[in-house]
Amino acid sequence: MRRWYLLLALPFLGLLYPPLYTTDSPELFGFPFFYWYQFAWVPVASILTWIVYRKTKPPERGPAEERREGRFVRREGGEAT
Amino acid sequence: MSFPVDGVALAVFCALFALVTGLGFVAARWKRGDLNLIDEWGLGGRRFGTIVTWFLLGGDLYTAYTFIAVPALVFGAGAMGFFALPYTIIVYPFVFLVMPRLWSVASRHGYVTSADFVRGRFGNRELSTAIAFTGILATMPYIALQLVGIQVVVQAMGVHGDWPIIVAFAILAAYTYNSGLRAPALIALVKDTLIYATVLVAVIYIPGKVGGWGNIFDSAAKVLPTRDTPGALIPEGPAQVAYATLALGSALALFLYPHAITSVLSARSQQVVRRNMTILPAYSFLLGLIALLGYVAIAAKVDVTDPNFAVPQLFIDFFPSWFTGFAFAAIAIGALVPAAVMSIAAANLFTRNLWKEYVHPDCSDHEEAQVAKIVSLVVKVGALAFVLFLPNEYAIDLQLLGGVWMLQTLPSVVIGLYTRWFHHWGLAIGWLVGMVLGTLMAESQDFKSVYPLDIFGTTITAYAALFALVANLAIAAAITLALGRRSRGPDETRADEYDELAETGEPAPTVSAGVA
Repeated sequence: MRRWYLLLALPFLGLLYPPLYTTDSPELFGFPFFYWYQFAWVPVASILTWIVYRKTKPPERGPAEERREGRFVRREGGEAT
Repeated sequence: MSFPVDGVALAVFCALFALVTGLGFVAARWKRGDLNLIDEWGLGGRRFGTIVTWFLLGGDLYTAYTFIAVPALVFGAGAMGFFALPYTIIVYPFVFLVMPRLWSVASRHGYVTSADFVRGRFGNRELSTAIAFTGILATMPYIALQLVGIQVVVQAMGVHGDWPIIVAFAILAAYTYNSGLRAPALIALVKDTLIYATVLVAVIYIPGKVGGWGNIFDSAAKVLPTRDTPGALIPEGPAQVAYATLALGSALALFLYPHAITSVLSARSQQVVRRNMTILPAYSFLLGLIALLGYVAIAAKVDVTDPNFAVPQLFIDFFPSWFTGFAFAAIAIGALVPAAVMSIAAANLFTRNLWKEYVHPDCSDHEEAQVAKIVSLVVKVGALAFVLFLPNEYAIDLQLLGGVWMLQTLPSVVIGLYTRWFHHWGLAIGWLVGMVLGTLMAESQDFKSVYPLDIFGTTITAYAALFALVANLAIAAAITLALGRRSRGPDETRADEYDELAETGEPAPTVSAGVA
C-alpha cells in the first residue's frame, strides 16, 4: 500500500528541474510553455495526491471502535448539544 | 503617491468590512465551546471539518501581502516572481505525508504548538524554547506586513494617514480576543469568496481589454529587460537554480510557520488534513493567476513608482468604482484572517512554551487561556508599532528572513516526527548555526533571499535558507555522533501515536452537532 506514496514524488521531479520547461514554445492560448506547463501541474499534483489519499485510506470504522482505542479525549467545556 | 478619494469604492469597502467585523464577534458562539480553555480559544476545539479547514488554511496561507507582493515581484522582475506557483504545488504532497503525523501525536498529547511536540519528543526545554522563539520571531514581521497590505489598498482609495490601520487593527484585536480561532475561520469563508470572485473577474475581463494573453506576454517580454535590474519572461542559466531552490526551500518552510500549524491542528482528524492537501491546490491556481496580473499591469501600461501599487492601480483603471471597493475589501479582509491566526499562533507559543515553561509552570487552564488572549493583543500592538514607527522595508526584509529562520526548525519538527536519531543538543546547536548563517547570508546580499556560494571554484546561486539548512543538518549530525547515547532526554510519545492513516479523529455524533 505504501508504494502509492511514490506518486507524490512526481510533482517534485516535474517542477524542480527547470530546464525541463524553461522554453517559449509550444504556446497554448497565448501562454508560453513555461507558464502553462506549471499551471498544468496544479490539477495533476492534486489528482495524484487524491489517488494516494484514496489508495492509502483505511477502511471506515465505527465510533465504538474509536472509543475502545481510548484516544485523547478533548475537553469540551460548554459543548452545545 | 497620491490617489483621488473614491466615495463609492470606500462605501462598498466599509460595508464589507463591517460585515466581517460582525462575523468576527458572532464566531464566539459558533461550534460553541468554553473559550476559557486554550484548546478552544486557540485551536477552535480541534473540530473543524474539511470545508472549514480548507477555507481557514487557504485564508491563512495566501495572505493579503501575498496578493500584493507576488504580482508586484512579477511586475518588476518577471519570471523569478513566478516561483510562487511551483512552491505552492509541491508543498501539498510534502505536507500530505508529514502533517497528519503531527496532528496524530498532537491530538493524543494535547499539544497546541510545534514546540509542545518537540518538548515532549526530545524532553529538552532549551530546544523547545528555540523552536518557540523562532516561530514568534518569524511571525511578528509577517503580521506587520498584513497591515502594509491594508495600508496599500486604503491609500489607493485616497484615504491617507495611519488612522485606518489603527482602527482596523483595534477591531481585529477585539474579536480575536473575544472569539479566538473561530473568528478567522468564519471570516475566511467571506474572504476567500471575495478573493475568488475578484481574481476570476480580473483575469477574464481585463486581458480582453489589453489585447489578450498573447499580447500580455509579448509586452512583458519587451518591457522586463529594460527594468533597472533586468528581468526576463523565462528564467535562464543560473537563475534556474535560484528558481528551483526558492520553490523547494519555501515549500519545506511553509508549514513550519506557527499559523500554518495552528490551522492544521484545529482540524478534527488527520483525514481532514489529508483531504485538504488534495483540494488546497485550488488556491495555488488562484495564486498563479494573481501573479500573472503583474504582466497584465505591464501590458496595460500601468504607471506606478512603487510596484506594490501595480495591481491596485490596475483595478482602479479597469473596474467600476463599486467593484474596485469590492476587490480592495477582498484584499483588506484577506489581511485580517492571517493576522488573526498569526497572533493566535504566536500567543499559543508564548503561553505554552515560555510562560508555562519558565514563569508559572502550574498555571490553571483558565490562566493559560487568559495569558494567550492578552498576548494576542500585545503581539498586534507590537506589529502596529512596527509599521507606524519603522520603515516598511524592515518588515519586508524580516519577513524574507522569516522563511530562512523557519526552515531551521525542520530537523527538530519534521525529522523529529520520524526519528529520534538526532541528539537534542545537536538539533539545538545546528539550529543556532543555521539561524546565524542564514541571517548573515541574506544580510550580505542586501536582504535578497538567494546567495551566491562558492563551492570548489564554481558559484552556485541558490536560496540561502537551503544552504543554512545543510549546515544545520551537518552540525546536528556531527554532534549527535559525538554525544551518542549520553544525556538523552525522555520521549513521552510512542511509535503507535504517529499513525498518519488511522481514521481516529472523526467526531462522535454529539460533537458534530455542536453548531449553536
